[in-house]
Amino acid sequence: MSVSSYVFVIVLGAFRILARNSLRAGLTMLGIVVGVGSVITIVSIAQGARFSIQAHVATEGLNIIYILPGAHTLGGVRSGLGSMVTLTMQDAQELKANLPLLLDTCWSRRDPTQVIYGNQNWQTGIFAISPSCLAIKNWSFVGGGPITQTDMDSAATVAVLGQTVVENLFQADEEPTGSTIRIKNVPFRVIGVLAPKGRAPGGYDQDDIIFIPFSTAQRKVQGARAVETIAASTHRREDLPEAAEQIREVLRTRHRLQPEQPDDFVIRTQLEIEKLYEGASKTLTLFLLVVASISLLVGGVGVMNILLVSVTERTREIGVRMAVGAKRRHILIQFLIEAMTLSLVGGVVGIGFGILGARVTTVVAGWPTIISPESILAAFLFSLAIGLFFGLYPANKAARLNPIEALRYE
Amino acid sequence: MAEGPNQSIDHQPSAVRQAHRPELGRGAVSHQPFSDPARAPLIVCKDLSKIYRLGDVEVPALRGVNLEIQRGEFVAVMGPSGSGKSTLMNILGCLDTPTTGSYWLDGREVGREGQDELAEIRNRRIGFVFQNFNLIPRTSALENAQLPLFYRGMPLRNQRAGAAAALARVGLSGREDHYPTQLSGGQQQRVAIARALVSSPSILLADEPTGNLDTESSRGIMEVLQRLNQEDGLTIILVTHETDIAAYASREILMTDGQIVRDRWRVSAHSARASGGVVKP
Ligand SMILES: Nc1ncnc2c1ncn2[C@@H]1O[C@H](COP(=O)(O)OP(=O)(O)OP(=O)(O)O)[C@@H](O)[C@H]1O
Ligand SMILES: [Mg+2]
Repeated sequence: MSVSSYVFVIVLGAFRILARNSLRAGLTMLGIVVGVGSVITIVSIAQGARFSIQAHVATEGLNIIYILPGAHTLGGVRSGLGSMVTLTMQDAQELKANLPLLLDTCWSRRDPTQVIYGNQNWQTGIFAISPSCLAIKNWSFVGGGPITQTDMDSAATVAVLGQTVVENLFQADEEPTGSTIRIKNVPFRVIGVLAPKGRAPGGYDQDDIIFIPFSTAQRKVQGARAVETIAASTHRREDLPEAAEQIREVLRTRHRLQPEQPDDFVIRTQLEIEKLYEGASKTLTLFLLVVASISLLVGGVGVMNILLVSVTERTREIGVRMAVGAKRRHILIQFLIEAMTLSLVGGVVGIGFGILGARVTTVVAGWPTIISPESILAAFLFSLAIGLFFGLYPANKAARLNPIEALRYE
Repeated sequence: MAEGPNQSIDHQPSAVRQAHRPELGRGAVSHQPFSDPARAPLIVCKDLSKIYRLGDVEVPALRGVNLEIQRGEFVAVMGPSGSGKSTLMNILGCLDTPTTGSYWLDGREVGREGQDELAEIRNRRIGFVFQNFNLIPRTSALENAQLPLFYRGMPLRNQRAGAAAALARVGLSGREDHYPTQLSGGQQQRVAIARALVSSPSILLADEPTGNLDTESSRGIMEVLQRLNQEDGLTIILVTHETDIAAYASREILMTDGQIVRDRWRVSAHSARASGGVVKP
């Protein structure tokens, strides 16, 4: 008889034994189901997050450095963000003029505002920008065109809308470009509709946005007027740290800061932002994996426990098998396979629940998740390994039984 | 010993019995190795002892057992409870090893073999039948009877064919798919006999096979055993407390206190009738 048909017979027997005690087997498997299921879900969330960070980087497109007003504290936490007016459009223009590493710079500020179109209204973020911001942040258009330098110079009341804004203000059959919306009671002509970017890794909707010229915001819409953010792009990604350092030097000089004074601005390169995202998702993933491992451990101990019970219950059967010629390794393999069958069934059910969990996470929380074949294979092999590891002790115990004592066992 | 057990089965048990009778009996065991394996006794035990240790107390279960059994014999072992019958059977069946003394099966000393070799011998040369049947629960008659062939690594189809044939020999054709709980005690014991037969063993060991059966079922079991002995020349050693069960055997060994105290041949009513081959009991 080939090894495979030998294993087949034993696996079949193992399934029969599981079916006979299906409640007991189910309870035993619970730990493994929960453990494997949560590992699958967690990994899918982590992979989804990584993918969306990468996708986000791709939509951001260019190599961006953000400069924000405010000061570093020791822990690197910004304090008094936005309360200080330390950045100006001249800063942005100077940076571009003086630093050859930089491709372009722009400035912007964001004000949450209600917009109205017809009888529809929508609360969104109005970004007042200098025209190059659209290119720096790699926005493309599905309709109309961008804000131009002419719009900027004339403080034209024109607006570019993100997809989410369009969806919420306009009917499906309405053409947004050319229509007029009202922002703080000022009528704006829609000159462009942006291609969607989707959600950022942090979860916020990047398409819930309206761009207007910075000059228009300053002159025609009431509210604060100061520059909130300067964005700069470099030609090459590897220039980002160097460019950030140069920006710092220029701004310190321009702001007349003494050597002992701290910066009155914060520089964040895209690299640092990506690291921040990844670091946060890694920490979370690690924590959840520890939780999942504990439940896998509990599941493994459950398998071991039920197998010890099974060995005791079937002592006489083991004696009979030995009496008709089963060697120790036959008994050992039989119980190992039973343990692995138990943990594997638990693992497969767990994989099912894990995929379900990932779906639910995406639907309910809106997080992107990715189920990779590798993670399923790993979960599969891991549950096999758990069966093997935790089955070893009971199986060995069974194999070491003395045949006569086993036959005599009551 | 490179042969199938079938080849070594003597098909003329009564002739062998006659030939050896004069030299057998207590104290008549040859201490020399056997030069001709084909003519050597199937079983030779020399000065077997078995001592169980319970804490500080030593319990001698066997005390110097000498025994020779020829191929084709049908031996009944009798004796009071605790006299060491089961202990002897376990040693003969390679389930246990003696404390001292030696045991040759088919000319090969098995007393000092390792665990795996003993398992191999049990698988190929020995069939066990127990008082409490010891079928594997919730497993069909066929699968129970297959078990020795399974551990021999035989192809599945051959396992099934062999097991079905063995069940037929004990009169259980058509019951292959029955589970132990769906069979009477007598039928369960027949399945156990089929399981013992399936590997064409050199010897069938039955420790009180009728101990849990009523008279009618016991008779059925004994007739099966007798037929296997007389028609197939299967060597059988049987432990029993009942004289009318022992009467089916052609040789009766009486044990007391871990020793063989009487060893005699008999021309029993049963065997006389059965060897005539015509009269029903
Ligand atoms: N595992 C053991 N540990 C200690 N003593 C044992 C063990 N097995 C058997 N004995 C002792 O060995 C002696 C012989 O036992 P054995 O089972 O061979 O008797 P038996 O002739 O088969 O008896 P019965 O007719 O009741 O089955 C008894 O005194 C018994 O108590
Ligand atoms: Mg006994």
